[in-house]
Amino acid sequence: MSQTHAKLEKNIGLMGILVAVAVSFGGLAEIVPLMFQAETIKPLPGIKPYPALELAGRDVYIREGCYNCHSQMVRTLRFETERYGHYSLAGESVYDHPFQWGSKRTGPDLARVGLRGYSDDWHRAHLHNPRDVVPESNMPGYPWLADNKLDGNEVATHMRALKRIGDPYSEEDIAGAAKAVEGKTELDAVVAYLQALGTHVSQADMQAAEGAE
Amino acid sequence: MTSGWTWYVIAITVINLIGCVWLLRANTRRSPTDPKPDETGHVWDGNITEYNKPLPKWWINLFYITIVFSVGYLLWFGVGTFRGFGHWSSHKEWALETAAEDARLDDTLKLYAGKPIDMLAKDPQAVALGRNIFINRCAACHGSTGHGATGFPDLTDDIWHWGGTPHRILETIQEGRQAVMPAWATTLTAQGGPTAVDDTIAYVLSLSKPAQARDEASERGEKLFQTICVACHGPQGKGNQVVGAPDLTDSYWLYGSSKASLHKTLNEGRQGVMPAWKPVLGDTRTRLVGAYVWTLSPHTDGPPAGAVVAE
Repeated sequence: MSQTHAKLEKNIGLMGILVAVAVSFGGLAEIVPLMFQAETIKPLPGIKPYPALELAGRDVYIREGCYNCHSQMVRTLRFETERYGHYSLAGESVYDHPFQWGSKRTGPDLARVGLRGYSDDWHRAHLHNPRDVVPESNMPGYPWLADNKLDGNEVATHMRALKRIGDPYSEEDIAGAAKAVEGKTELDAVVAYLQALGTHVSQADMQAAEGAE
Repeated sequence: MTSGWTWYVIAITVINLIGCVWLLRANTRRSPTDPKPDETGHVWDGNITEYNKPLPKWWINLFYITIVFSVGYLLWFGVGTFRGFGHWSSHKEWALETAAEDARLDDTLKLYAGKPIDMLAKDPQAVALGRNIFINRCAACHGSTGHGATGFPDLTDDIWHWGGTPHRILETIQEGRQAVMPAWATTLTAQGGPTAVDDTIAYVLSLSKPAQARDEASERGEKLFQTICVACHGPQGKGNQVVGAPDLTDSYWLYGSSKASLHKTLNEGRQGVMPAWKPVLGDTRTRLVGAYVWTLSPHTDGPPAGAVVAE
């Protein structure tokens, strides 16, 4: 015993490797199976790859770092479901690359913001300068979104990339992407994305999916 | 999760636990070949040598207890696809808590069920509850004090686009409203020439300033107003609460009174949306919000003379 331990103590490379093995046990048990399991998760009824405009909005959402303050995952806690709606299910995020679950909430969770009843006008006013509608807000304004036009080719390229990793976009979807975002601004795209968040799955389908789990 | 992954997880977990036990035992027992404490050749502070102090018993036993605890934890809460003898799940715990809290909520809400909002407004408890719901659901547009914002009505005045009776306010909250101000610029220009939009704006602005002398533009605008706008806003511009057409003779401008804003209104129309809250909040909670909203307004004046009032 003491001899083997002496060997370990005197060989820092070997010790480093064994330390890495020791600390990776948790990850091997908790993370690795999920990586493979994710591929077997079926999209819930109604969940489809993002249409061109929403996808473009999602890209803007990520570019502007909205995830730094907004999560998109309702946890299985009563006070959360009371405020945000049904807790999130894995089958809702199948086409989210990368997912926007997050754990940092300076602002509210947005997983089901499309069900909150905000009008497009509200979102436009709010994104331009949040304090125009919510004086207490500390969210930054994003006035440039209204000035930036979308690039249809970029959206089509993105859809093609997503298709390559398995999202079922059809050739028509990709061919029609440029047309779908033609003349639209980044603001239009973000509003379309936000208004659609959480609206695709019905309450009944979520309850059914949960029973099957 | 497939059974392959289950066994993978179980194997790693068990190996890990066995490893902990082994590590603990190996480090707390002396083997006969280990040097004696006075044979190592290292002495610190006069009396500290290697091996002369065993690990404290209480510490070692605590470590063993954590291992036993973890075995119990895994059996109770499960590992891999094995759901555990406790049959715990976050969904189930959520369902239990929700059922209990909803029952408590029902107890609170049943006191107020079906009552008209002006009656509830006399009950401070009901108003306090309504205020909480308002802050959570309504404040984003109407502001935390109910003063509204550009495009979102102020609820603290006595101006009601869709009617200020208890019944109409409740209807607005429960069923929502969709305003439909069409984009009139093209029609106006076709009828009144290139200055038609400016003329109409001049007339509309003059409505709230009756003391000022009218200019030519507003005279021309009046003709256009009386052929097109009159349908909803009425011959005197007093509005129509049945369709949510605002009174244009008061000093309140939902979208602002600047010419730029009025141009936008006529060029693009306005489609203000009040969502329907009954499907989200249920009947009683919309009544409580209504009670709070009722307390915000002074209810001093009646509707303007000449307005079409919705009951």
